[in-house]
Amino acid sequence: MLRIFHDTRYDFIRWWKTAVVITAVFVIAGLGSLAIKGINYSIDFTGGTLIQLQFKQPPNVADIRAAVEGSGVKNPEVQQFGSDREFTVRAQDLRDVSAQGSGAESVATQIKNALTRQFGDSAFTVKRTEAVGPRVGSELRRGAAIALGISFLVTLVYLAIRFEWRFGVAAVIATAHDVLTTLAFLKLMHLEVSLTVIAAILTVLGYSLNDTIIIFDRVREDLKKKRNEPLYDTLNRAINETLPRSVMTHATTFLATLALLLFAGEVIRPFAWVMVFGIVTGTFSSIYVAGPVLLWIERKWPRHASTASLPSAAADRQRQARETRGRAAPAAASVTPTKR
Amino acid sequence: MKLSYRIGLILALAALAVWMLVPRNVHERQLRNGISRDTIIRRVPIKKGLDLQGGMHVALEVDESKGTVANKSDAIDRALKVVRNRVDQFGVSEPVVQKAGNDRIVVELPGIDDPDRARDLLQKSAYLEFQITDKTDALVRSLPKLDAIAKQLAGVVGTTKPADGVAAGPGVTTSDKALTGLFGGDTAKKSATATKDSAPSDTLALAGQGIFSRSIQRGDMPGEYYVPQSAYDQIAALVARPEIQQALPPRKVFRWSNDSLPIQGTTYRMLYVLDADPMITGEAITDAKPQQDPTEGTVVTFTLSNEGGRVFKRQTSAHIKDYMAIVLDQLVMGRPPVIQGAISTRGQITMGRRDLQAAQDLALVLRAGALPVPLKVAEVRQVGATMGADSIHKGLIAGIIAVALVVIIMLVYYRFSGFLAIVGLALYVLYTLATLSGFDAVLTLPGLAGFVLSIGIAVDANVLIFERIREELDRGKTVRTAIDEGFRHAMPAIIDSNVSTMLTAAVLYQWGSGPVRGFAVTLIAGIAASMFTGIFVVRTLYLLWLQRKQGAVQTVSI
Repeated sequence: MLRIFHDTRYDFIRWWKTAVVITAVFVIAGLGSLAIKGINYSIDFTGGTLIQLQFKQPPNVADIRAAVEGSGVKNPEVQQFGSDREFTVRAQDLRDVSAQGSGAESVATQIKNALTRQFGDSAFTVKRTEAVGPRVGSELRRGAAIALGISFLVTLVYLAIRFEWRFGVAAVIATAHDVLTTLAFLKLMHLEVSLTVIAAILTVLGYSLNDTIIIFDRVREDLKKKRNEPLYDTLNRAINETLPRSVMTHATTFLATLALLLFAGEVIRPFAWVMVFGIVTGTFSSIYVAGPVLLWIERKWPRHASTASLPSAAADRQRQARETRGRAAPAAASVTPTKR
Repeated sequence: MKLSYRIGLILALAALAVWMLVPRNVHERQLRNGISRDTIIRRVPIKKGLDLQGGMHVALEVDESKGTVANKSDAIDRALKVVRNRVDQFGVSEPVVQKAGNDRIVVELPGIDDPDRARDLLQKSAYLEFQITDKTDALVRSLPKLDAIAKQLAGVVGTTKPADGVAAGPGVTTSDKALTGLFGGDTAKKSATATKDSAPSDTLALAGQGIFSRSIQRGDMPGEYYVPQSAYDQIAALVARPEIQQALPPRKVFRWSNDSLPIQGTTYRMLYVLDADPMITGEAITDAKPQQDPTEGTVVTFTLSNEGGRVFKRQTSAHIKDYMAIVLDQLVMGRPPVIQGAISTRGQITMGRRDLQAAQDLALVLRAGALPVPLKVAEVRQVGATMGADSIHKGLIAGIIAVALVVIIMLVYYRFSGFLAIVGLALYVLYTLATLSGFDAVLTLPGLAGFVLSIGIAVDANVLIFERIREELDRGKTVRTAIDEGFRHAMPAIIDSNVSTMLTAAVLYQWGSGPVRGFAVTLIAGIAASMFTGIFVVRTLYLLWLQRKQGAVQTVSI
């Protein structure tokens, strides 16, 4: 049979410090930029107007911008959308948003009329219009934050029941890490946070959680076998044992995502980008965030004195553990059996 | 479970799924333009969201920029009544009008491409009038004129091919298309020569040759006429023309009813001729309530302002025994009641045998006209039909490519077992689509993307199981045991990971909105289906294979 990464014995956890530095730099760069410029919300969340236009002839972007600005719409954002004949125009500035109060359509009509004056009536067609009032936007923003918070809570409780609280905490911290890196990624890629992107982020969380749980399930199983070994080794073994599965699943998911990215069109592209990044960050966090956090919790609140150790002291402790194993070694930690 | 039962279950589910996914014609009672009619509609398995089929989504909320609106909840109910009324006139196939939260109305109009027109129609304030039905037989006297104009209009419009009955309601500008539909056939051959002898008789039918004479029948009260449902579209298109309105004697108007009447198996729409000058308008009314009266049954009581009461008293005393139509936005609401005596500031409408629901509805109409709710557009999303079709097309291509890639990778890596997983994957697609159809889910663009993505994730269960089987084989177990153990050990991981994802999806569904909810539904259906196919179906396929090998299995292609 064809096998990849079979029977590996990589010491994944050993590199956790390097991993922390990499992810910290990435997150700080992204969040720093966020702190300065704020989240790049789409009009779903800020309120505003978006028009997607298809022109018969490739137009001059500057002409579009000038025409729209000339009609009194402040700071319109004109973007090419897919082909060179399709463009989106958005108006997000606060004056326009407050003008929405008296009828969210007005700005859209204003833009359309300005472009008709500039390019003529039959030069373009409006393919999509979205206009969102400020109140709807703020409600959606709150809704998204609530959804995220509750999904964390639900995960925590479920894992606490099925595994043990420390696994739940480790998994949730890994997932929170994914939210941060994804936000940083969005900022670095200049992607907008829209409703669809929120859906993608939540899919990433589910996917990353999946991955963490698969590894933790191995840890749970191996712990039950009561091998006399530090959690450090158990964790490493679990990661290695699930490595072929991880590679295969990430590959199939990545291919499906790639198909979306390349063929599903412009509207869905931000979603696909978030998923591409999500596969990477999800895999990373399952190994390098969930793992070390679990070890850290184990050290801080040990079930048994010598069962867990962070890699810094790992070598020593491991040696020590191996030496004591033959003698009256303390029984390795056992996970509370759960209902099967 | 016995193998035959397993296979039976899988096949039964597959048959059910196929049955659910086959489009077919179903009879359905639809409420359109105030009447419910039995129509045969083509039921498609999964409805497309507005972003895929094109159309318009509008959220309206109470506009409080010019002063606060008291009793928001009732205000929204009133507004809902008005908006429903108008959307019904819009003539789109499956409009959605619903309350969202406590203070918002969501309207979905598939296929509408003109946001400005829709907005104007939805945002306009409600207008309520009380008008006396015509006692002078104005319609009958005008019949020759009406028929002649109808014929003339047909000539103008020409003889292009008949349209397929465009529904046009009252008050809506009608397209010429509806008129061609009317006259493209063999109608109006002779000149309309309706005569006076066709007039007042006890029979329902009015004799004559023109379209009006042929279709319109006298109703139960003065100024009321019945139009059979079959002729409604044609007559409505005509009545909406200014030429036809002008053919009536001065100060008379045509108004349609929002109601319909079945007589001997035929559904009739009511057309009224009313005095154009209203007795009073909605502004004069201050309140209206439904009530149960011990002697008179269900009634709607209403109060008028002092000034309105003075006008109304003068009007009603002049019109005792006449019929008074309650007209909201140019649509007669229910059958006009008869005026029993002079009414000043307090009056009541006796509903006869109608139930409390009807009274509540009428009271709502009166309040809607009395206290028009200013609405503002909170959100508009409009997608052109070509864009929707384009999105579907691209989504399908992405889906097909995703499937092809997953199939290749599974076959190359797991060979025979990979083939079993692909059979599972095919059933996964079938079951998921059927489940979505069963939940009446609406397929949105993010939902479509989620589905494509789920194809990649769906094989995860099988990957987990296959890797486990390989591990068990490494430990020297027999094929049969290895397969059993592989499934057994992979189970907790599969269940825990899927359940936690499902919980996240449920949270999304609960707190998400619009397209995100559609996405969550797709995700939940996908997870449920993938657990069943990944575990149960593939296991059954293995058992089937083992049985055929009659126990002499040494190797498995995995």
